Amino acid sequence: MPKQVNFMIGGEAGQGVQSVGFLLARIFARGGHYVFADQDYESRVRGGHNFYRVRVSETPIETFSSKVDILVALNQESIELHRGELSENGTVICDSSIAAPSIGTRTFSIPLEEIAVRTTGSKLMGNTVALGAALGLVGDEITIAEKVLHEYFGGEVGEQNARAVRAGFEYARGSVSGRIPFTTSLPDRGSRMLLNGNEAIAVGALASGCRFMAAYPMTPVTPIMEYLAAKSKETGVVVFQPEDEIAAINVVIGAAYAGARAMTATSGGGFCLMVEGLSLAGMTETPVVVVLGQRPGPAIGLPTRTEQGELWFAIHAGHGEFPRAVLAPGNADEAFWLTIHAFNLAERYQIPVILMTDHVLATSYFTVNKFDLSRVTIDRGDLFSSKDDSEVAAYRRHKVTASGVSPRAFPLQSEGILVCTDSDEHDEAGHLIEDAETRVAMVRKRMRKFDGLKRDILQPVRYGLESSETLLIGWGSTMGAICEAVDIMLAQGTSVSALHLRQVWPFPVETVAAAIKKSRRVFVVENNATGQLARLIRAETGEGVSGRILRYDGRPFSPSDIVSALAREGQS
Amino acid sequence: MSVTIDDYAGLIPAWCPGCGNFGILSALKKALVDLQLEPHRVLIVSGIGQAGKLPHYIKCNVLNELHGRPVPAAIGAKMANPDLTVIAISGDGDGYGEGGNHWLHALRRNHQITYLVHNNQIYGLTKGQASPTSDRGFVTKTTPYGAAEPINPVLIAVAAGGTFVARSFAGDIDHLAGIIKLAIEHRGFAFVDILQPCVSFNHQNTYAWYRERVYKLETETGYDPTDRLVAFQRAQEWGNRIPIGVIYQRQAPTFEDSLPMLRGEPLAWRKTDPKAIRKLLDEFV
Repeated sequence: MPKQVNFMIGGEAGQGVQSVGFLLARIFARGGHYVFADQDYESRVRGGHNFYRVRVSETPIETFSSKVDILVALNQESIELHRGELSENGTVICDSSIAAPSIGTRTFSIPLEEIAVRTTGSKLMGNTVALGAALGLVGDEITIAEKVLHEYFGGEVGEQNARAVRAGFEYARGSVSGRIPFTTSLPDRGSRMLLNGNEAIAVGALASGCRFMAAYPMTPVTPIMEYLAAKSKETGVVVFQPEDEIAAINVVIGAAYAGARAMTATSGGGFCLMVEGLSLAGMTETPVVVVLGQRPGPAIGLPTRTEQGELWFAIHAGHGEFPRAVLAPGNADEAFWLTIHAFNLAERYQIPVILMTDHVLATSYFTVNKFDLSRVTIDRGDLFSSKDDSEVAAYRRHKVTASGVSPRAFPLQSEGILVCTDSDEHDEAGHLIEDAETRVAMVRKRMRKFDGLKRDILQPVRYGLESSETLLIGWGSTMGAICEAVDIMLAQGTSVSALHLRQVWPFPVETVAAAIKKSRRVFVVENNATGQLARLIRAETGEGVSGRILRYDGRPFSPSDIVSALAREGQS
Repeated sequence: MSVTIDDYAGLIPAWCPGCGNFGILSALKKALVDLQLEPHRVLIVSGIGQAGKLPHYIKCNVLNELHGRPVPAAIGAKMANPDLTVIAISGDGDGYGEGGNHWLHALRRNHQITYLVHNNQIYGLTKGQASPTSDRGFVTKTTPYGAAEPINPVLIAVAAGGTFVARSFAGDIDHLAGIIKLAIEHRGFAFVDILQPCVSFNHQNTYAWYRERVYKLETETGYDPTDRLVAFQRAQEWGNRIPIGVIYQRQAPTFEDSLPMLRGEPLAWRKTDPKAIRKLLDEFV
């Protein structure tokens, strides 16, 4: 029995590609499988060509496969575009109205609309019949699917969909002999959560006590604000959509100043507009979390595709010098935990923290074990809590301390407390100054926070051999593809391992330098054109790398991309 | 214990002697004392420019923001803690130039804050360049051929959906204090354009120039600030006669009224309910 099956759903925007793909992923996750689902779509609401890949496995997976076992083609074009990706036993499922492709492609033509009309009275359920047929080809039962559809659509529509999915399933079971044997449900495993990077960040923010979110819609992070807005009633989080990103970060700074854990989310273009606000957060020592979901630039670039082109930008964004942290989760599980960590770091050091994702992490679905909320800690940092009148009267928001962190107070927390801060250089009380002595004291105070930040660095994660000839280094969303590439090469007998950086600033200098020194060949793997991590490694550790494996066509790396690139490097 | 002017004593201002800002500062303090608001219940969020320095010269909570950005920060602070009386302060460059977009949208959304714009028709802090409200033809170091058509802040504010649009004059502290008091008491976004002489760089729109021209709408018989058409007419008056007072006011739901989660305990103090989070996690299965 195969360990994994790869589905692809292809069609135009508006045909329902996403719904079918998501439901397929949900059904297998419910069945206890590991699932990775990603989508490729154009910047348009109708038409064009979109596809959704759902990879299902009995063993952990965190990236897509470049092979397709079942292609659910909602239009003719999908067959033509993706025939080449079909595996040896790959099958196309399509409506009978679509012309069968030329010889060499196994096609399963089904009267989808006819079955839909017959079982539900509506041809709109054709996609659900196709979903059932896909499950009929690879699954062994349909009750999980019926349940998922009932829940997803609810009421009468849920019932119609459940009937349609069973009809598709039975049609496929009855008509086809060459099924791919696979188990829909692994009952010993228990159900897994299925969520994408955006959802993991949003729910992580809620778990960490984020009370306020202001953002301007921008792909790929808009779903974060949409999720929070949808949950605002039950969680009490306030979501505010202001006129632009400049307003967004300043609204967040205002809310954080007044005591609410607050965040914003944007992509590179919006982040450009937030940069002066980031500097203000640095100067006023206001904790804010900024999610930076990268997509290919410059300018509008490829709005619905992926890139890691803003590493240096995030580390250096803002006028003047001030401490910050930049985190880069590699999957949905890390996205959840690093979001909580981002809020804690932001408040512990009273700094802006940037949480970097990109289109592929933001929009891809991962299966994870349910987050253990007992492990969530909320650290609001050093808070001024005295109610003593004279201490309250003497409160200074920017008191100079050994750690550089001044106890934080919020307006109205006690009778008489005044909280003053300033974008101008200021004294301990928060009032503007011009003298050199205070300026130097304040610069040093702010910069001392780096010492603590460095102690709190999340160290890189090593994957594969403890020591190896070849070392791959990546950051953020490339983790899944790099680790799977390591697995493939280890199986081939290559001495290889990977280092995944989940924090890129402050940079984990010692760990990275030591790992590089121990390896004969070191390659960075990055979704950008200039090898920004390689440059950062050089700048921070003094170490060079042997080569850069780069991809900048707006598409994510597959494991095989990395394996072949490394093979080419070996030959050169 | 009653609140007095002394409770609001701040640092010594670094403004030029005779600056219109002194009148605005006095009027603001007077309004806060008249309202018997204790300093720790007040947050002033200011931008950059000579007006932006004001909160240092008064005693209350202060968030001195970036150039043009006091309004967004004030909105955020107000939502985080609605118990605060939040006043945003800008100048004409800060509020109508750099931060113009924020002003327009705050007007239409009707946030529960007060917005005072010190309008001296010139850039003071950067020493004498044209501002969005400089008179047409006004020659400055950056406009040797004269400034372009100025914007009309009160006309824009009425058109943008403002619910409280007023103008006053830094040279008439009592009038200005009265207007600021009404603005703070207004439910919703209260906008006040304050005519402010700049004694160093604007030798055209002087105290004498304004005094000759301003007249009070309150003393005009029959002026109804709730009539929007009349307000539009009056807002366009500029030149020989310049109206001051409440130009337009209407009652409307505030932005904060539309958010049920802002009711009850302020966000700043609210704790997370782990039960709600557990329920959210279940939805992903």
